[in-house]
Amino acid sequence: MSTYAQQKGLGAFLWDYLTTVDHKKIAHLYLIAGALFFVIGGLEAMIIRVQLIQPDSNFVSAGLYNEIITMHGTTMIFLAATPLLFAFMNAIVPLQIGARDVAFPFINSLGFWLFLAGGLFLNCSWFLGGAPDAGWTSYASLSLESPGHGIDFYTIGLQISGFGTLMSGINFLVTIINMRAPGMTFMRMPLFTWTTFVASTLILFAFTPLAVGLFLLTFDRLFGANFFDVAGGGNTIIYEHIFWIFGHPEVYILILPAFGIFSEIFPTFARKRLFGYSSMVFATMLIGFFGFMVWAHHMFTTGLGPIANAIFAVATMAIAVPTGIKIFNWLFTMWGGSVKFTTPMLYAVAFIPSFVMGGVTGVMQAAAPADYQYHDSYFIVAHFHYVIVGGVVLALLAATHFYWPKMFGTMLSEKLGKVTFWLFLIGFHLTFFVQHFLGLMGMPRRVFTFLPDQGWETANLISTIGAFVMAVAVIVLLINVIITSVKNEKVGNDPWEDGRTLEWAISSPPPFYNFKQTPLVRGLDTYWIEKMEGKKGLTPAEPLGDIHMPNSSFTPFMISLGLFIAAFGAIYQYDLKTDDVFANQAGIIVFIIGLLITFGSMIFRSVKDDHGFHIHKEDLQDEDKGGKA
Amino acid sequence: MKWLSKWRQILFLSVMTFVLAGCGKPFLSTLQPAGEVAKTQYDLMLLSTAIMVGVIIVVVLIFLYVIFKFRRKDDIIPKQVEGSHKLEIIWTIIPILLLVVLAIPTVAATFDLADTAEMEKENSDAVVVNVRASLYWWEFEYPNEKIVTSQELVVPTDEKVYFNLKASDVKHSFWVPAVGGKIDTNVDNTNKFWLEFDSQKAAEAGNLFYGKCAELCGPSHALMDFKVKAVSRAEYDGWVGDMQSVTEPKQAKTASAQQGQEIYNASCIGCHAVTPTNSSPEAARIAPNLSNFGDRTTIAGVLEHNEENLKKWLQDPETYKPGNKMTGQYKIEELDEQELNSLTEYLMNLKTQE
Repeated sequence: MSTYAQQKGLGAFLWDYLTTVDHKKIAHLYLIAGALFFVIGGLEAMIIRVQLIQPDSNFVSAGLYNEIITMHGTTMIFLAATPLLFAFMNAIVPLQIGARDVAFPFINSLGFWLFLAGGLFLNCSWFLGGAPDAGWTSYASLSLESPGHGIDFYTIGLQISGFGTLMSGINFLVTIINMRAPGMTFMRMPLFTWTTFVASTLILFAFTPLAVGLFLLTFDRLFGANFFDVAGGGNTIIYEHIFWIFGHPEVYILILPAFGIFSEIFPTFARKRLFGYSSMVFATMLIGFFGFMVWAHHMFTTGLGPIANAIFAVATMAIAVPTGIKIFNWLFTMWGGSVKFTTPMLYAVAFIPSFVMGGVTGVMQAAAPADYQYHDSYFIVAHFHYVIVGGVVLALLAATHFYWPKMFGTMLSEKLGKVTFWLFLIGFHLTFFVQHFLGLMGMPRRVFTFLPDQGWETANLISTIGAFVMAVAVIVLLINVIITSVKNEKVGNDPWEDGRTLEWAISSPPPFYNFKQTPLVRGLDTYWIEKMEGKKGLTPAEPLGDIHMPNSSFTPFMISLGLFIAAFGAIYQYDLKTDDVFANQAGIIVFIIGLLITFGSMIFRSVKDDHGFHIHKEDLQDEDKGGKA
Repeated sequence: MKWLSKWRQILFLSVMTFVLAGCGKPFLSTLQPAGEVAKTQYDLMLLSTAIMVGVIIVVVLIFLYVIFKFRRKDDIIPKQVEGSHKLEIIWTIIPILLLVVLAIPTVAATFDLADTAEMEKENSDAVVVNVRASLYWWEFEYPNEKIVTSQELVVPTDEKVYFNLKASDVKHSFWVPAVGGKIDTNVDNTNKFWLEFDSQKAAEAGNLFYGKCAELCGPSHALMDFKVKAVSRAEYDGWVGDMQSVTEPKQAKTASAQQGQEIYNASCIGCHAVTPTNSSPEAARIAPNLSNFGDRTTIAGVLEHNEENLKKWLQDPETYKPGNKMTGQYKIEELDEQELNSLTEYLMNLKTQE
């Protein structure tokens, strides 16, 4: 492939990735960065489990433990799960709708670099006086009391990476609304595109309140405001509301694309179209909508009163209905099908009982009075890990195997893939199943240690063993990736042989301009329709013509770098010892320099005319037929 | 076949141990409810679990059937089915009905457990406790009885006890798992709820329930334990009477305890009061009231109650409760061993119960 840097030097290769605006390469960047943070978050999880292997353990200190749990949660949600999903959205969604690229390639690149800048900034806290330690929720009373700059790294780091996420969400919305190939009506869109669409809507409405909450917290801590300071007339309950108005939809931002991934995998390997497509679409929208109506179920014990609790309890229960519809639709997709158990399919199949477990405990928690017992206990820890690991992480692992050939042109080893699968599944249930009972036996969450003779020893030991099994599974996956990349055996357009949607009609990996001719979409599962009619490729919607492509740009990196620098200035202008705002001049200067870089880059981008370039028809004709639409 | 029956016994015993262990400790587990609130919640748990297990069974049966029956055996392309309105309506309606079954008792219980009208009444003889959570200790004030204690809540069994709860520094959460679900102690407002302690279950739990802080509040969040002594109404009244009778700091009896008291009065009393009938305002009550320290079951909520542990705690509180507010407030290194012994003796003899 001409766009791959095999013949180029390392420097050119890096420059290529630093400046790329190609959705497929941005997908690679998201995958690498997300995987890096996933490993960091995983190591933090292992430290947590080692600390809790026995009562009165002294593996880590109390304060450090709180930093680790905070960073584990924050990293996994914001810096691992979300970007890894973005990796697959970027790699697949434009192909699935037959588009050349996303609507705003420049913004796409900017979104990635902002996310990375924020994530790296947040992790810098480890080396600069300690990480945030108030939990990933960072509730205001505790986070305002927290000494040092840890929480400031949290608020500003997430603010920057949140900008990136918000931009990416908007970009996907615009792309899916405007860039669909002819014939791709909304009700012909593959489910992964649908769920990306709904999740992006949720990002738009959920990350904005998060940005507000983080701004208020930043101003309280660094600029002397009193939004959440009760002594100064503030209110901490407001923070809880703001956080969960973001936080609950965030769960759906993660799980809906996961549903989408599974909705692609089931029909593929069952060789049968998705059962109840329209009800799946409707259920997705309903879940997205309800996702905004239930945030207060995270606050049942806050003391909102019985009326609020009862309303939010019933609303929460209602979410079970569309989710149940989905589960049965997946089962009946397989019913009567011809099911092949490849690695992605194993993940999809295992997802059903695992996620149902997480779902039913969710309904149990919706019963508000019973939740007074579950809340902030290990039962909750078990529940959300069942949902996020049993749902989102299984989907990410499934997608890694499923889409690897499309992203990199080579197949991950099925043998090692299945080893990873079984180890991960067993480790996962071993780790988290017993935690339900720990919670019911009275163990609160976020405890750095526990005293003996409370009946918690055995379950904690089992849980830790399970965590190690999961860790081994991840190591096997990494080995698989290395072996596969070294071997690099190329595969064709449709390596799973049962591909149904547009992305499987194009070469693996696709050429940088995607489809040579925009395809005509003739129904749901277009590629399947064409295959069943005995055709090899898609029906083109247009004659071969020049293709207009955007130029690469280094500006997104510079904009993000500027904010990264400014963030340090924003923090260090504040003098911790004297509690003085703008006390440190060096901090102010760094802050200004950072902002100058950012705004300078934005001005540069605005005044410079960049019309992109054209690939000429003749050049396309000369190329091999790999990229034929 | 003797060995077989022995094996059976061992198997039976181990299964029973596992099942019993699975329910946790009677003084700490939500699965062994010891009062009306915990019982209501436990019943809701059982109802929701029953419904959900039903759902799981249905899903798993279909699931197993599908993954075994429809494995790929040949290359025949299966029929492409769009869906089935009938089936889809079934799996929409049935879950809704199941949820209605769960929603009704949920809403009813939500209102029941929030009903604190009794404590608002004038001349009510209900027991009311003001709970104040601070980094990392608990204060229990009985406003009607005009007494204050800390770390160990004393309550009468078989009647509703009402609580006003708040936090003085950061948010905490008050949780006695065996007796009822938690409620947060906010920094903004006072929350109210009630609990009831069952006498029989309390006896099974040794009349001492474990209480926990359930909201991350800092390094020693895990160690912010308290205890609840649930005693009969008569015993409770006796305890209140004894507490009320201590209007002046109790004078130490032995010479060494007197020395301890002097040390205490010089270094400790600024924060730790030793009279339960404490009329000083809340803001002045910055550390646990120690009037009945000698009666308690733990030191600092987490250490076993003996002199050796008390000395360890006094010498180095930071090790036992990281981030606590006592560290550095006094100069323990100025005390020699004999002085430390007298201080310990004085503290251990601060009792209202004989």
